[in-house]
Amino acid sequence: MSENVLVLGATSGIGQPVCHKLAARGCALVLAGRRENELQRMADDLKVRYQAAASVATFDAMALDTHKAFIDSAIAQADHQLDGVLLCQGYLPDQQEAQADFAEAKRTIDVNYTSAVSLLEPVAAHMAERRAGWIAVIGSVAGDRGRMSNYLYGSAKAGLSAYLQGLRNRLAHAGVHVLTIKPGPVDTPMTEGVVDTNKPTVATAEQVAADIDKAIRKRKNVLYTPWFWRPIMAVIRTIPEFVFKKMKM
Amino acid sequence: MIRQQTIAGWGNYKPQPCRVTRPHTLEALGRAVACADARTVIARGLGRSYGDAAINPPGHTVETTALNRMRAFDESTGVLCADAGVSLGEVVAHLLPRGWFLPTTPGTRFVTLGGAVAADVHGKNHHRDGSFGKAVKRVELLLADGRVVNASRTENAELFRATLGGMGLAGMITAVELQLRRTETAYCDVTYRRASGLARALELMEQTNADYRHSVAWIDCLARGAALGRCVLMLGNDAAVDDLPEHHRHRPLQPPRRRSKNVPFDFPPCVLGPTTVRAFNKLYYARHGDARKVVDFDTFFYPLDSIGHWNRIYGKRGFIQYQALLPPDQAHDGLVELLEAIGEAQLGSFLAVLKKSGESGEGLMSYMFPGYTLALDLPNTGAPLERLVDKLDHILLNRNGRLYLAKDATTRPDTLAAMYPNLDRLRQVKATYDPNHRFVSAQARRLGIVEDA
Ligand SMILES: Cc1cc2nc3c(=O)[nH]c(=O)nc-3n(C[C@H](O)[C@H](O)[C@H](O)COP(=O)(O)OP(=O)(O)OC[C@H]3O[C@@H](n4cnc5c(N)ncnc54)[C@H](O)[C@@H]3O)c2cc1C
Ligand SMILES: NC(=O)c1ccc[n+]([C@@H]2O[C@H](COP(=O)([O-])OP(=O)(O)OC[C@H]3O[C@@H](n4cnc5c(N)ncnc54)[C@H](OP(=O)(O)O)[C@@H]3O)[C@@H](O)[C@H]2O)c1
Repeated sequence: MSENVLVLGATSGIGQPVCHKLAARGCALVLAGRRENELQRMADDLKVRYQAAASVATFDAMALDTHKAFIDSAIAQADHQLDGVLLCQGYLPDQQEAQADFAEAKRTIDVNYTSAVSLLEPVAAHMAERRAGWIAVIGSVAGDRGRMSNYLYGSAKAGLSAYLQGLRNRLAHAGVHVLTIKPGPVDTPMTEGVVDTNKPTVATAEQVAADIDKAIRKRKNVLYTPWFWRPIMAVIRTIPEFVFKKMKM
Repeated sequence: MIRQQTIAGWGNYKPQPCRVTRPHTLEALGRAVACADARTVIARGLGRSYGDAAINPPGHTVETTALNRMRAFDESTGVLCADAGVSLGEVVAHLLPRGWFLPTTPGTRFVTLGGAVAADVHGKNHHRDGSFGKAVKRVELLLADGRVVNASRTENAELFRATLGGMGLAGMITAVELQLRRTETAYCDVTYRRASGLARALELMEQTNADYRHSVAWIDCLARGAALGRCVLMLGNDAAVDDLPEHHRHRPLQPPRRRSKNVPFDFPPCVLGPTTVRAFNKLYYARHGDARKVVDFDTFFYPLDSIGHWNRIYGKRGFIQYQALLPPDQAHDGLVELLEAIGEAQLGSFLAVLKKSGESGEGLMSYMFPGYTLALDLPNTGAPLERLVDKLDHILLNRNGRLYLAKDATTRPDTLAAMYPNLDRLRQVKATYDPNHRFVSAQARRLGIVEDA
């Protein structure tokens, strides 16, 4: 059966290969992001490769008060029947810069957290009313524990994670599924020049996308990808605060 | 972002430190080509050319592989328009199940559309269908001055001819419009014929070529004397659904996948000594008697693609691939001289492929003309290899032969000029479209294709 799926931040390094997976299994996609040109190129590509239905829509994650209207129009674009939403947008600042300049900190919080709330609440209402659907959101392992090297990004992802827990709890009663995705470092434009992509712990976007697609189909609640981040983060979370604060992480 | 990386061609012959970028958008590609930090740039697709055609040590090397969108496909006519960074493998993966195949394909699917156009590549069907460029209806190019223009047989025709086979020197190809061909199945009906020596092989090829779309011979290039040039001919036609074994007929366009293996590290030098190669060739020759079987496209067209990084078996020093093309009247004697010189040098050759070529390519620097072409790997042994290629070049020159730029890593400016009569016209087109020599590769510099760059 063909599902209508809205992908927010579709042009992201991780989002793109997930879109391929979704298109390959027959989903009709609304590709949303801020770069119309690139979104259209993506849509054309998915049409050629998978004979998929794909259209585009633009939004700016920072323009919070436009989000309600944007989601309404995206729902209309999806024939008033949104079966799935994948939210991928994110922003990784330079931590030092975000400490010194609140505009950077605010961008980090808004793109990673606030915009998820302003976009997903109307989505939740729509799905709850239909009593069907799924919402998958990319958080990060960085949200599992605040660290000196990226706590602004991490705290926004932590907020996102708690928000999704609550949303999952609420929507479970309405038959709507919520998936929290927590990738470790992935080789994408976000990490270019930031992490050493030759390290074996750095995953490819395709690898992570395959995990995400499977987790959506299996209706998992929380996905760590690649899988080994689940035990690693479990250990990191148990380190007592009086020890952790002395470490340089 | 610019990364510093030591790279070479597929032969891993003389790697050089380069500054490499990999733009993700057409705008970023535009910035990379205009980048003021570099005086020169060259495109790099999947780096499957063997020599130094896709590296540019003093300037920037711009990888095209992140620009890989398919733009449009007409299911009724089979015309595909796609970014130049799309690989042939992607085209096959998505469109073969729908009954469309490449017009022609090189021996690996890990080649970009841009690279296939830039080298005007040929396949096992060259004698019948010509080279890749023949099926190219249009290219979109990013020029040195930042303009994006179309080139085809009717629009900017000189630029089009400079692009086919032009090895990236006229401009950066951003999109290719390609005519695919219909196929009923993803299988070939293959006939194997043995030939006891060179004369017999050439005779057999002449006799059989009209009946087979695909034709190639695997030569045991260590066979000497009367057996010189002994080979197995592999002749094929597209299989019809009825030709397939019963259990494949319900999915004629989707053969079961093969598992791929990997060569994990560079092999030590001894593995490929003359003895192992001799044993390999003997085995190959013995295994294929005259026979007929139905083989899937993957196995037929891309026998080496199932072994990732097979180039590593030649060890750290790498290898070159020598490809020689001879006109029909020189073919027999020229091939004898080449094979004898190769035999005497005792460097060993893992792969030796002989093929009859068809019509000349349309590009100013297109490789093919009618005749015979021989290709073989030669491990890098340093001075002995250099002596051998000098000798081979000399034979080719005397016999009006030609080297292939997609394979070349060693030849000299005067040799190249003698082999490519349209070289000066390429230079003229370049003077019009790229007067400051922005597009330059290590190969173009080595061969003086682009002067004082
Ligand atoms: C196992 C194997 C088998 C092969 N078999 C055959 C064969 O049967 N027949 C044959 O003809 N060739 C064959 N080749 C060679 C190969 O097809 C060519 O070298 C081809 O050009 C490689 O494409 P690429 O994308 O890897 O390009 P690269 O090797 O990266 O580049 C090759 C040239 O194309 C230029 N180029 C690449 N992209 C662009 C672009 N977007 N715009 C402008 N210029 C560009 C580069 O500047 C360079 O000059 C074989 C190679 C291998 C490794
Ligand atoms: N890469 C990693 O190591 C990693 C690890 C854990 C979690 N993540 C998370 O994974 C998600 C995808 O990231 P990625 O790695 O794929 O990086 P990416 O390619 O940089 O993607 C970031 C995405 O966010 C979009 N975006 C940023 N600001 C926006 C704005 N104001 N309005 C609209 N869209 C905006 C970007 O749009 P444009 O395409 O237009 O720029 C892009 O689509 C993010 O949530 C990220 O935090 C990544």
